[in-house]
Amino acid sequence: MPATEETLEQVSELNEKGYAHGESYEIETEFAPLGLNEDVIRFISEKKDEPAWLLEWRLKAFRHWQKMTMPNWQKLSIEPIDYQSLCYFAAPKKKEGPKSLDEVDPEILRIYEKLGIPLKEQEFLAGVRGRGEGEGGEGGNMPVASPVAVDAVLDSVSVATTYKDVLAKEGVIFCSFSEAVKDYPDLVRKYLGTVVPPPDNFFAALNSAVFSDGSFVYIPKGVRCPMELSTYFRINAANTGQFERTLIVADEGSYVSYLEGCTAPMRDEHQLHAAVVELIALDDAEIKYSTVQNWYPGDSEGRGGVYNFVTKRGMCRGARSRIMWTQVETGSAITWKYPSCVLWGDDSQGEFYSVAITGNCQQADTGTKMIHRGKRTKSRIVAKGISSGRSDQTYRGLVKIESSARESQNFTQCDSLLIGNDCGAHTVPYIEQGNGSSKVEHEASTSKVDEARLFYCRQRGLDEEQAVALIVNGFCKEVLQTLPMEFAVEAQKLVSISLEGSVG
Amino acid sequence: MTLLKIENLRACIEDTEILKGFSLEVGKGEVHALMGPNGTGKSTLAGILAGNEDYEILEGSEVLYEGEDLLEMEVEARALAGIFMAFQYPSVLPGVGMMTFLREIVNAKRVHEGKEVMDRLAFVKEVKRLVGFVGMDEKMLKRTVNEGFSGGEKKRHEILQMMLLEPKLVVMDETDSGLDIDALKVVAEGVNGMRDGERGMLVITHYQRLLRYLEPDYVHVMVGGKIVDSGDKRLAERLEERGYEDYGL
Repeated sequence: MPATEETLEQVSELNEKGYAHGESYEIETEFAPLGLNEDVIRFISEKKDEPAWLLEWRLKAFRHWQKMTMPNWQKLSIEPIDYQSLCYFAAPKKKEGPKSLDEVDPEILRIYEKLGIPLKEQEFLAGVRGRGEGEGGEGGNMPVASPVAVDAVLDSVSVATTYKDVLAKEGVIFCSFSEAVKDYPDLVRKYLGTVVPPPDNFFAALNSAVFSDGSFVYIPKGVRCPMELSTYFRINAANTGQFERTLIVADEGSYVSYLEGCTAPMRDEHQLHAAVVELIALDDAEIKYSTVQNWYPGDSEGRGGVYNFVTKRGMCRGARSRIMWTQVETGSAITWKYPSCVLWGDDSQGEFYSVAITGNCQQADTGTKMIHRGKRTKSRIVAKGISSGRSDQTYRGLVKIESSARESQNFTQCDSLLIGNDCGAHTVPYIEQGNGSSKVEHEASTSKVDEARLFYCRQRGLDEEQAVALIVNGFCKEVLQTLPMEFAVEAQKLVSISLEGSVG
Repeated sequence: MTLLKIENLRACIEDTEILKGFSLEVGKGEVHALMGPNGTGKSTLAGILAGNEDYEILEGSEVLYEGEDLLEMEVEARALAGIFMAFQYPSVLPGVGMMTFLREIVNAKRVHEGKEVMDRLAFVKEVKRLVGFVGMDEKMLKRTVNEGFSGGEKKRHEILQMMLLEPKLVVMDETDSGLDIDALKVVAEGVNGMRDGERGMLVITHYQRLLRYLEPDYVHVMVGGKIVDSGDKRLAERLEERGYEDYGL
């Protein structure tokens, strides 16, 4: 069975129990002592057998973080976080890192299998590719599922990376961050923190001090990465913060499409997730970064759920480079992030496509920043927010055209859809125009699910939930179709699932 | 056998009584035309049959469909029980692909009937056949539901859905209004093609011209919220000549 179909089936199966990924699993885990101080950071660094420069880098970030306070400009109500009661490192116990998939703890493989994340290479390698179901084929050209290389991160540690050999033939590096520090120290040192420097913001500084693992990608000059790369994040241990770091470098003229997926078990307390993602695109390089975020959102009363406070930024460093963010956000108690692009190279392009769905007591303050510095740079923002229940959403976006960015262009479109009478949607655009030759366009709309449209669908036999799912999927289509084919169908399904119980 | 029985139906919108004791029986296999001037409650009747909740139904009203109390049924339950309404103004569904929509509605019905969802290729083949029948361009299947469709295209699309869903009772709400003669023929052919001695149809129209192509078994005249005259197709012809002046209008 092709991976996509398998995943779909499992998503629908699991969903019958409410939140689809709510189980936690019994894995022998090793923890750092609770709380945060320089000793804990030394503990983490030692556990990971890191070089001295990285420990210094962490400590410097930590000392900076101690002087910082959590920002308060956001439109979110956040319970105070006691940073001393958290655990900053949890790793599945193992004697030595697995050399291949065969050596990965079968229990861990089982977790991922249950979550619908295929860590099996052989099916694809043997050429057993099935036909995935997809939209757009409309009668003929159905998309064919293609292989996806996966890096699986459980709690703080990468447990498996697939297809390494196939990728290595092309010179593509795709591995856990820890491995990269050991095997490619020069590359890591050259680029780490160049897009999001540790003092950038409160959570970035915290992450820089305690980050545990994550993914590292390097695409050499002129190489088009032969398959989708994907990291799958799973928080499992209780009382544990998750702080990954992702670093993707696309060298001149290269291309990569990368996808991250996230789930967490149901917990009564809030779990903190403060990741940092840095993307670097050199001349003529293109990075497509997609996120399907389905962290546990908390229960209907707002108990539990993940705090998703992530810093994501891409640097279009080279001329004609291009970075594209797509995010489908249905989970987390609170989502607070602004995947951004710094358009440094002349003629570079940044794009941001977002669907955020909130229900129950979820809150989201999300959007993007497009910083235009190079000449003739272009950015495009399409943000779709769907609120239901008592949830509240804010789109916050900065478009900054610096004086050097002559003849640049931005187009922004933000649409909000409300379901019910107790939810909220807000749009907060910031526009800074630094020269007279550039053009900035902003369009926004807010609407409720149209009764006549619902009635039309129901008269054709769809129940209210099916009708709302159809209408919302239509509302998001422009964004969903920017996802890689393999995940677009899954994302549609996720949209429908997350709307269940939002009507009536 | 009676398919639909409406007895003394009275309904208000914002305290204005629109239906004032409307009664009608539609038997299996019968085609009824309901005619009347504007503002006489024809579309209100169609809306109530489909389950539109904007109207207040007054006590003493009764609508039975296959012997069941229709007024107690949810909108989608009515649809799944075989009632199809061809809308006067079909909704646009932005971003929703035609094939997605058609597949969803066909599968909703099949699932309700305990059947397997339709095989993808068989479904595409069936849709393409019907698209040809109603005279739509196949390219329209790549578009989103009713978005940018002309009046005629929307109505052809309604007929296409009707033929796909094979309902037991069809309610056409002024499907012919604003149509050119070609589209009108498609609507009539669609209806005629579905006459099988079982299916009941209630064709609501403002004009007589649709009835030239579609011979109704019964013609009713509705004025002031109820039926004031009934007859066969000759009644429609008389209406064309004389208008509604015989009814005090």
